[in-house]
Amino acid sequence: MRLRYLFGDVWVGLRRNMSMAISVILVTMISLFLLGLGLLAQRQADVMKGYWYDRVQVSIFLCSNKSTQGNCLGHAVTEDQKANIRSQLGDLRPLVKEVFYESPQEAYDRFREQFKDTPLAGNIKVGDIPQSYRVQLSDPAKYEVVASTFENAPGVSMVQDQKKVLDKLFAILNKFTQYAVGLAVIMVICAVLLMATTIRQAAFSRRREIGIMRLVGASNMAIRLPFILETVIAALVGAGLALGLLTIGVRALVGDSGSQLAQALNQATIGLSDVWRLAPILGGTAAALAIVTATITLWRYLRV
Amino acid sequence: MIRFENVTKSYPRSNRPALDDVSLEIERGQFVFVVGPSGSGKSTLLRLVIREEPTTSGSVLVAGHDLGNLPPRKVPRLRRQIGTVFQDFRLLPNKTVAQNVAFALQVLGKPNRAIRMLVPETLELVGLEGKGRRMPHELSGGEQQRVAIARAVVNKPPILLADEPTGNLDPATSLDIVKLLASINTQHGTTVIMATHDNVIVDELQRRVIELDNGLVVRDEEQGSYVPRPTEVSTDPAPSPDEDDLWANPDPDWTEDVVRGDD
Repeated sequence: MRLRYLFGDVWVGLRRNMSMAISVILVTMISLFLLGLGLLAQRQADVMKGYWYDRVQVSIFLCSNKSTQGNCLGHAVTEDQKANIRSQLGDLRPLVKEVFYESPQEAYDRFREQFKDTPLAGNIKVGDIPQSYRVQLSDPAKYEVVASTFENAPGVSMVQDQKKVLDKLFAILNKFTQYAVGLAVIMVICAVLLMATTIRQAAFSRRREIGIMRLVGASNMAIRLPFILETVIAALVGAGLALGLLTIGVRALVGDSGSQLAQALNQATIGLSDVWRLAPILGGTAAALAIVTATITLWRYLRV
Repeated sequence: MIRFENVTKSYPRSNRPALDDVSLEIERGQFVFVVGPSGSGKSTLLRLVIREEPTTSGSVLVAGHDLGNLPPRKVPRLRRQIGTVFQDFRLLPNKTVAQNVAFALQVLGKPNRAIRMLVPETLELVGLEGKGRRMPHELSGGEQQRVAIARAVVNKPPILLADEPTGNLDPATSLDIVKLLASINTQHGTTVIMATHDNVIVDELQRRVIELDNGLVVRDEEQGSYVPRPTEVSTDPAPSPDEDDLWANPDPDWTEDVVRGDD
């Protein structure tokens, strides 16, 4: 079958079945948009992990004479105890990458800087936040090693892992991904069923042509190819629109580096390049769905 | 060219076979009428030749190939060797006459150059020169059937099947169409098998006649007529009348019974 004739046939088919083609385009667009949204949420989680895991620290808060947690019992940490903690941290290298000491004054200054525009800043005095060792780990997932070493150690009031706070955020992003992908799967099923119905309707509306094609000895591929191509084209247009929607969404939320979300996440956000990286995945998924659905449907309804 | 060897074809929800142990042979270049009443198996015979249906038992051989052993992917190749014409023309209403004929070549992937040459040539062959731009609804029934014939022969198939091609036409046009089929048969050596129950054209052309009845070949004669000649009338005892057939000749004994009344 000649290409010009084939594409002419495909164009006529799409034009004749325009409303069904539009419905395939829209349903594919929504399913792939949701799939893309899920994948982008996962990518966002990865970007944030990459950014924050390098910065998260384990804080070993030391006893002050107000501390009641751990072994403190109202006694401030001694210099011997601090030296002991430092030496134990030294023993934990290379897991322990860096250790910073934060004095009560430094802790007070940092708190005031962080919460300078809030009423909290005025309610705190030097010494309210205890002195601490800020420990940066080479592998933040191995927090438990540090925690088990220093929890209940002499002079330690408590060990706090910032990663745990972040993990809550990642858990939310993971749930969002699961939800979006779950919805996408349902929409993909809708898309597949709609494609199958569309193909059947198209085949029915062209039964006379198909009958003649079979009689004159057109090959199976020549009979089926226009239907497959029509479905693939509609699905690819849907994938293109889904990409467009994702681009608009990402640009609106984080594309501008001055946006609130980008600032809130310290610029650790996905960008348009991440959306474009989805193009082959969404396009490939659309084409694969269309080809498989069309082939199976036509195999059942257009036997020679 | 075409051979049926003890072919039986039964359809699922039918209590008698459409073809019952049929054996026949049609030589290359022959023109054959297949006659018989509706439901006698004429169309089934043609459908088996193009492998539209598989046989229930027996073999159909076309050009030496047993269609029972033909893999599905080779069926299109078989059909390219066979042109088919139907009673209802089966033209594409949204295409012109020339486009209808060209369609058969386009779907086979023939180059445009060949299509541009073959289509006018074939339209001339069927007597439709100058009418290539007309739409099917602008043509008479006879002309539409000529378009269908042009589409069937444009690829120059060695076999042409015609399933009651004159069923929708008046007697004069029917004769023209059959003469066209006969001329294609003569000029190009195309084997033509035509299913019909038009007695006038069968009697006019005097070609081979295969008569089917209830799926059985009841007559096969060279240069036959629609009904057997008087000398060939079967001497078998007359079949018993069908009690449900109100138009059958009344049983003389039965009328006698009525006249005399039951004792």
